[in-house]
Amino acid sequence: MDFTLSKEHEMARALFKEFAEKEVKPLAQEVDETEVFPRETVEKMAKLGFLGIPVPKEYGGQGCDPLTYAMCVEELSKVCGTTGVIVSAHTSLCCDPIMTYGTEEQKQKYLVPLAKGEKLGAFGLTEPGAGTDAQGQQTKAVLDGDEWVLNGSKCFITNGKEADVYVIFAITGTVEKRGRMQKEISAFIVEKGTPGFTFGTKEKKMGIRGSSTYELIFTDCRIPKDNLLGQQGKGFNIAMHTLDGGRIGIASQALGLAEGALENTIAYVKERKQFGRAIGAFQNTQFQLADMATKVEAAQLLVYKAAMAKATQKVYSVEAAKAKLYAAEVAMEVTTKAVQLHGGYGYIREYDVERMMRDAKITEIYEGTSEVQRMVISGALLK
Amino acid sequence: MKIVVCVKQVPDTAGGVKFNPDGTLDRGAMLTIMNPDDKAGLEAALRLKDQYGAEVTVVTMGLPKAEEVLREAMAMGADKGVLVTDRVLGGADTWATSTTLAGAIRNLEYDLIITGRQAIDGDTAQVGPQISEHLDIPVISYAQDIKIEGDSVVVERQYEDRYHVVKAKMPCLITALSELNEPRYMTPGGIFDAYKQEITVWGRADLKDVDDANLGLKGSPTKIAKASDKVRKGAGEKVSLDPDESVSYIVEKLKIKHVI
Repeated sequence: MDFTLSKEHEMARALFKEFAEKEVKPLAQEVDETEVFPRETVEKMAKLGFLGIPVPKEYGGQGCDPLTYAMCVEELSKVCGTTGVIVSAHTSLCCDPIMTYGTEEQKQKYLVPLAKGEKLGAFGLTEPGAGTDAQGQQTKAVLDGDEWVLNGSKCFITNGKEADVYVIFAITGTVEKRGRMQKEISAFIVEKGTPGFTFGTKEKKMGIRGSSTYELIFTDCRIPKDNLLGQQGKGFNIAMHTLDGGRIGIASQALGLAEGALENTIAYVKERKQFGRAIGAFQNTQFQLADMATKVEAAQLLVYKAAMAKATQKVYSVEAAKAKLYAAEVAMEVTTKAVQLHGGYGYIREYDVERMMRDAKITEIYEGTSEVQRMVISGALLK
Repeated sequence: MKIVVCVKQVPDTAGGVKFNPDGTLDRGAMLTIMNPDDKAGLEAALRLKDQYGAEVTVVTMGLPKAEEVLREAMAMGADKGVLVTDRVLGGADTWATSTTLAGAIRNLEYDLIITGRQAIDGDTAQVGPQISEHLDIPVISYAQDIKIEGDSVVVERQYEDRYHVVKAKMPCLITALSELNEPRYMTPGGIFDAYKQEITVWGRADLKDVDDANLGLKGSPTKIAKASDKVRKGAGEKVSLDPDESVSYIVEKLKIKHVI
């Protein structure tokens, strides 16, 4: 077993790192403070192909593997969790399902501009009453002639108001499954600007504050019949498969946040003096750092393994769940320790670790809570 | 149009500098980057390619590891890469380096050669102009702007307080300043493509019209007496005095140290 990255991956990491340091880091604090979506950064990333990394070249992407994409989200998140999740939600939750389930026409019409970064993508599954319980959907789609008519709402949608293309899930009927009636869920592609598609309130969040999180409202929103994504009734499977990929993106974001916090802390403990010595000279600090670094590396191995699994395996739910569960919990633990090692300064917004700790929390919640990841992992163990 | 860009892999000063016992740089042991002036030269070539259409070939001389800098250039958009590497070429000063690069470039077709003004490790600014001498073509150094007019280049040549507009017929050589432009980033897909491409590797035998007496350490007239890393200085002494007293104080100190 060889844990060395290829030269290509090393160079790609150097690119993402340079971009993150030069273009993203200087804005991270302002993006958090003002809660303004970093549109200019997104445009720069679009120009460099960062919004279509794992999409094949024939569809406007970069033709790279999921590992390269994971490393991009990781490096961006090291300096700005908001920027990391913008790329993750766009790529994993919008490009990926269209790439996997879209017709050739849908790919040409939607995937190409998404991968080129001319358009931004989002994903609408969660509803006020349907989070972890994705079956609790209320949004409905009814076929009327050549159009689907959507009614309902989605909440906590990342890239909410900034996106142009949305993958939306809605109930299209009921089906009998093991003697019980269940909702039949289907996936649709909805464009911004479609009459009847409006935005509700902008969420005020604890972290990733520059990310545009909105409620989406559909009121007799008519979309072409051809905008059904995949087969009718396969929406739940599409959502779950998409989230498997999404979890690798969020695990990468969590990993980046943990790494960023660790790097900041290493620099800080060398500078900060107490009792006449740098606090890095105290064994407590050293042991904390050792634990943090070990967990960060373990998280990285799980994340990279899951990314490689996506490239080579048809099913990678368990790998993705383990990566997300562990990386998210490590992100929370490491950022919290980073704040602690910064002492009072760590609690001040001027210091990056304060933001990183707030940003880390969401990684334990969105795209499947840590509890959901445990359900996926244990479910496979006890099958 | 065919453009040859010479690039050098130089130590990343952020990563520390290491020396061989003979005073030359231990390049194998250091983190490296593409020399900033060369990167600006490459960007200038890529912009000419975007604007007028051109084939851009990047040439470097160095250890086999210098292949990385060619891959980087290709990931930015260069079409071809040539690595000149051979044990007998090691330890070269500017004379031996320019002789080697000219020997390699003689094998290539070119309308324009672009080099960086100088490398951040040697800081001589000699290699570019020397290559033009070897190839007997005009050189315009310190370019801050490059335009093509028919079969000529029109270059703004930078001075401290002004610039000259200089026109030269191609083929010619231009040395670029890092202020010339903001080099583009690589693209992720470009990186993977760059590694799929072949790189031409040339050794001593492939160099055209060169004399062994002008190559490698033996062919280098420059002799390094001593080289060292920056020595960390003490914190110094802070004294608060009025200006007249300060002058006397400093003069006294300098006298004690026999500086004056």
